[in-house]
Amino acid sequence: MKYSKPRTEKEATDILLAEKGMAKILAGGTDILVQMKAGHIEPDLIVDIKNIPGIKDVISRDGGYEIGAAVSGYDFNINPELKSFAPGIAEAFDLIGSTQIQGRCTMVGNLCNASPAADTVPALLASNCTAKIVGPKGIRECGIEKIPIGPGKTSLDKGEFVKSIFIPSRPDFSSDAYMRLTPRSEMDIAIVSAAAFVTLDSHGVCTNATISLGAVAPTVVRVKEAALLLIGTKLNDSALSRMANECKKACKPINDKRGTIEFRSHVAGVLAKRTALLAYERAGEKIE
Amino acid sequence: MNKIRVGVSVNNDKIEFLCSPEDTVLDVLRDNLRLTGTKEGCGTGDCGACSIILDDKLVCSCLVLAGEVEGSEISTIEGMAIDGKLHPLQQNFLKHAALQCGICTPGILIAAKALLERNPDPTETEVRYWLAGNLCRCTGYDKIIRAVMDAAAEMRS
Ligand SMILES: Cc1cc2nc3c(=O)[nH]c(=O)nc-3n(C[C@H](O)[C@H](O)[C@H](O)COP(=O)(O)OP(=O)(O)OC[C@H]3O[C@@H](n4cnc5c(N)ncnc54)[C@H](O)[C@@H]3O)c2cc1C
Ligand code: FES
Ligand code: FES
Repeated sequence: MKYSKPRTEKEATDILLAEKGMAKILAGGTDILVQMKAGHIEPDLIVDIKNIPGIKDVISRDGGYEIGAAVSGYDFNINPELKSFAPGIAEAFDLIGSTQIQGRCTMVGNLCNASPAADTVPALLASNCTAKIVGPKGIRECGIEKIPIGPGKTSLDKGEFVKSIFIPSRPDFSSDAYMRLTPRSEMDIAIVSAAAFVTLDSHGVCTNATISLGAVAPTVVRVKEAALLLIGTKLNDSALSRMANECKKACKPINDKRGTIEFRSHVAGVLAKRTALLAYERAGEKIE
Repeated sequence: MNKIRVGVSVNNDKIEFLCSPEDTVLDVLRDNLRLTGTKEGCGTGDCGACSIILDDKLVCSCLVLAGEVEGSEISTIEGMAIDGKLHPLQQNFLKHAALQCGICTPGILIAAKALLERNPDPTETEVRYWLAGNLCRCTGYDKIIRAVMDAAAEMRS
């Protein structure tokens, strides 16, 4: 195995492109090292992107935030501005692993590892985040949901890597939330997870909503039909129940010892309700 | 083998070592530098026995490649006592008998030190969450938590 530490974006794509064997981009390494030790992957080349200038930066632009690919969970959550701007993304990021894992893990690593249970992905999707991708043909941008295409698989081409994630600006009276169910309260992987983003008018009526679910299908799912049921309501019980029902229908989870299909689908509805309510409450606090 | 040369500061000593691309920081600390206070429990980020402070962040040294730490500052358990005088955390671990077999202890001490550097007055809940990535098969955690709380109080006074 070779280890390389490119100093520029161009150098990184060149090295990735030139490698004939298996090349792995290294961010925090909290997935890669575990997979290497377990013998699941045997990379010929590791490309450590953490020395590329700007890759650890958080930039405020266009009313949103661009988060560099090497920003760790710890870095994100000690930033009060980010936490209050996107509390749902912050809480999803914070749920990854222990304090030690937080010191290394990144959102981009979480996204590109392409686990259906990755915690930040439903939250990034609910907030309509995009990824900036650098490759041999230059820079392109796409919705984060286009990147994971199945367990362990991404749509990135050879030579490409994600440079940053953009959390776009939000209308007034908007907020988000994320929750997951795990067998243990810490250090565990989600059986089901849900994220919600809501926008309210000045009377507390929902004008826009997004609901996304994790760990219930090969990739994270956005449940448009469910979110539509919240629009025009103040998230009363009947609207929430109908929304939860749509979420249940959208689930195609696996059946294993951690949860049956029926259980996972049911919990998806419950978590969707709770995250929608929490996002609603957070958005409501912004109305005088 | 294509060896990599890496320069780091370990417990304020500037050192250089040669390592293989697949070596972790834990491998280098224990096998090259003979700093065996940092332990290997799981090797997969779950137990925290290998905890070190890397440039002010608490990390699992089993999940960091040695090549990644060029130019960094590392603190390990070996740097915790100064001139033979135990750190208040170490003293309180002894006082409370917060260890039995001791495998988890260096990792927990380093993790607790990282916490108190950021938050000198943590609540019990904060201590428990901060240390959730440090597993102990012997003590049942309670004495560990008491020792950390007492050390924190002592260091504030
Ligand atoms: C003890 C432990 C607990 C964990 N708990 C959780 C948890 O609760 N929830 C959860 O979701 N995950 C958890 N994880 C998994 C892991 O920590 C996360 O997925 C983390 O976000 C991965 O980020 P990383 O930077 O460490 O990724 P890396 O290991 O560096 O990379 C992961 C994957 O993404 C690719 N990649 C990384 N950066 C880029 C880039 N810039 N462009 C393109 N591809 C890239 C890599 O090639 C690799 O395939 C845990 C892991 C451990 C060891
Ligand atoms: S040995 Fe590193 S976490 Fe267990
Ligand atoms: S004292 Fe034995 S594992 Fe903690």
